[in-house]
Amino acid sequence: MGSGRLYVAVVAGGFRRYATYRAATAAGVFTNTVFGLILVYTYLALWDEKPHLGGYDQAQAVTYVWLGQAIFAAMAIGGGGVEGELMERIRTGDVAIDLYRPADLQLWWLAADVGRALFQLLGRGVIPFVFGALVFPVALPGDVATWGAFLVTLVLAMAVGFGIRYLIALLTFWMMDGTGMTHMTMLAGFFCSGMMLPLNVFPGALGDVVRELPWSALLQKPADVLLGEADPWRTFAFQGAWAVVLLGAGRLLQSVATRRVVVQGG
Amino acid sequence: MDAFIELDRVEKVFDVRKKTGFLKRERRQVRAVDGISFTVARGEMVGYIGPNGAGKSTTIKMLTGILTPSGGRLRVAGIDPSRERTRLAHRIGVVFGQRTTLWWDLPLIDSYKLMHRMYRIPDARYRENLDRCVELLELAELLDVPVRQLSLGQRMRGDIAAALLHDPEVLYLDEPTIGLDVISKAKVRRFLRELNAEQGTTVLLTTHDLQDIEQLCSRVMVIDHGRLMYDGALAGLHEVGESERTLVVDLERETAPIDAAPARVVKVEGPRQWLAFPAGESAAALVARIAAEYPLADLSVREPDIEDVIAKMYAGSTPGHTEKAVS
Amino acid sequence: MVDGLRAYRLIGGMWIRSTMAYRASFAMTTFANFAVTALDFVGILLMFSRVKVLGGWPLPEVAFLYGLSSVAFGFADLAIGSMERLGRRVRDGTLDTLLVRPAPVLAQVAADRFALRRLGRIMQGALVLGYALTAVDIHWTPLKALLMPVMVLSGAGIFCAVFVAGAAFQFVAQDASEVQNAFTYGGATLLQYPPTVFGRELVRGVTFLLPLAFVTWLPAAYVLGRPMPLGLPHWVAFAPPLVAVACLALSGVAWRAGLRSYRSTGN
Repeated sequence: MGSGRLYVAVVAGGFRRYATYRAATAAGVFTNTVFGLILVYTYLALWDEKPHLGGYDQAQAVTYVWLGQAIFAAMAIGGGGVEGELMERIRTGDVAIDLYRPADLQLWWLAADVGRALFQLLGRGVIPFVFGALVFPVALPGDVATWGAFLVTLVLAMAVGFGIRYLIALLTFWMMDGTGMTHMTMLAGFFCSGMMLPLNVFPGALGDVVRELPWSALLQKPADVLLGEADPWRTFAFQGAWAVVLLGAGRLLQSVATRRVVVQGG
Repeated sequence: MDAFIELDRVEKVFDVRKKTGFLKRERRQVRAVDGISFTVARGEMVGYIGPNGAGKSTTIKMLTGILTPSGGRLRVAGIDPSRERTRLAHRIGVVFGQRTTLWWDLPLIDSYKLMHRMYRIPDARYRENLDRCVELLELAELLDVPVRQLSLGQRMRGDIAAALLHDPEVLYLDEPTIGLDVISKAKVRRFLRELNAEQGTTVLLTTHDLQDIEQLCSRVMVIDHGRLMYDGALAGLHEVGESERTLVVDLERETAPIDAAPARVVKVEGPRQWLAFPAGESAAALVARIAAEYPLADLSVREPDIEDVIAKMYAGSTPGHTEKAVS
Repeated sequence: MVDGLRAYRLIGGMWIRSTMAYRASFAMTTFANFAVTALDFVGILLMFSRVKVLGGWPLPEVAFLYGLSSVAFGFADLAIGSMERLGRRVRDGTLDTLLVRPAPVLAQVAADRFALRRLGRIMQGALVLGYALTAVDIHWTPLKALLMPVMVLSGAGIFCAVFVAGAAFQFVAQDASEVQNAFTYGGATLLQYPPTVFGRELVRGVTFLLPLAFVTWLPAAYVLGRPMPLGLPHWVAFAPPLVAVACLALSGVAWRAGLRSYRSTGN
């Protein structure tokens, strides 16, 4: 009970912290909208050439683009979540202080990241999405149940996204220079989440593989639920399974890493 | 005397936007520097002190050409800093205490080689200046060490050398001893004294450490709320500010409060007594008297804080409206 | 100008030596830079695995646009890409240390964190362009051959102008560095696709308002023998150098205004 309140406070703190960067948020909204425009036109040309590509019609493809722009920051698909700060704390050794807090390290950072994601979903996501929906033909569900299921997939996507980035951040314990790693994470995020091109458009075996990787839980799966192309329960199961696996692996790696810190820090 | 630095009613007004509500913002003008006038002669060594936010850095930034004054007239070596920034740059040296300008990942000497070329210093001058700085600042063993591996004190010495290779006529130092240990502080101070005495370099330094002033500067200027509050010798400042130093005396056993006017006992704790005495007085005479009359074991002198001195100086006469709401 | 180039060379050289202090990291980030941009092209390849043409353009011609856009942007990014960090320098006050040096601030900021790893993007773009040149059937004339290097250089110039203008904007809005991504990275992405893909208004915008179309679309249409976008006359294909000079001049004015406002308001 008491600790539950603590994590709620951390979530709120994460939300408020990101809410203070007003100019950066406005800049992000602008940039997401511009990139959305560029992508929408290329997708329209693509679907013009081949209607029903990947099982989407044009309106669905357009919706997919704006959904991607709307949740790009929230899901930290290209990085940019709390993991940057965590890596910095590991590098400087400040993480040792976190370990003495009466809170679980992983839960603490998860809560902070969820707070961040919630703000960026509202602050950076809503405007590009509404803009896209007003200017282009989109396919949005009319029933509350689908919207509800979509929201659940977003929450699960946050957990999976954090799970991936937390693992990467912990690697800093072993590799002190994180620039290369951050680049690779961004790369994988862009390509495997469907940010560049919907995963159901990927051909053959490549498509079969990327659709099963955890990154597909970030954008492709929520999109399919919103567009009525996937069964919500199976999607929850897919995302939930990856969340459990990744967060579990994070715990394991965390315990190995903290033992190292405790030994080193003496 | 020839005035090397001249300020005549120099002002710097900033527009500051402040959040007052969810969407409301208030614009107000802050007079960071509010009509300051002074001159510094060539070869002087001046301390420029004041509380945080008093306008010290803003003044230094105007003197170095970083900021353009909002009003008044300002000349350094006859040059208007904000108009001829790059011409002035050849004639001044600047050390930012908290921000190193050295190259983090490269050996110290590489930063100096860059200065050599960027300032187009003639080879012979460069060699001579570098050799002198290396010797006096004890940098010989550090030249091939990457800057990131230097201690704070070593880095500060390195930064001071970097600012002097092009023979500047004036050296600005922003908090040159902040965060340094006692030995490093002493090294930096000794070097600055010699620089001023032998090269005749004009030095203007901001500091929080009254000892910097005491040991280096014949003249001190106090700025508060953007105005020049005092300009003169340090002793005079103590007089005006009625500042007191504290002598902490450890006796061999508990005694009655020490009687040694003009010092007065402010606190007694067992065999330890705290005596306050006017900062202008010599501590030596006082110590001699106490040692003669009491069983003295140990003692130390504590300097007054700049903030305390200034606070006392202007107690009851707070300078009024420095911030005016505009809209 | 001469002073500026000299300072740029000196500072750039220092940064190259700094990065060489961490060779392994340098190799890794150069590769990552190459890979990030390569992935971009993989996206286009994936599209063409499902369709034969995009906006009426086949893959080799799209690759031609892609290669030119990447190389032009790559050169600008290599030369002054770090200017997008200006807002950070303003915020943490380190810009002041540049203002006391006897060299133009623009040159110092442009050379800041000069990173050879950005060659990765240029290499990748050049590879794609090489492929395009072998796969596309162009009726070469001396004029077209001359236009190729002119196009790349002018394109780099136009992108440089965007970087400078973006940095100038950060004097006013320090946290808004992401806005310029929309024009730099966004612009480079836009130009990788055929103009026929985009709405007429958008094409008009990037021709007359923010003249990115002069980087590739207009001159490339001429080289490929395709109809000029917006029905513009053929001679427009030779305008890029003029457009680049005009953009650079304008961005220079913006930079001066930004720096003046910084020096009068401080931070």
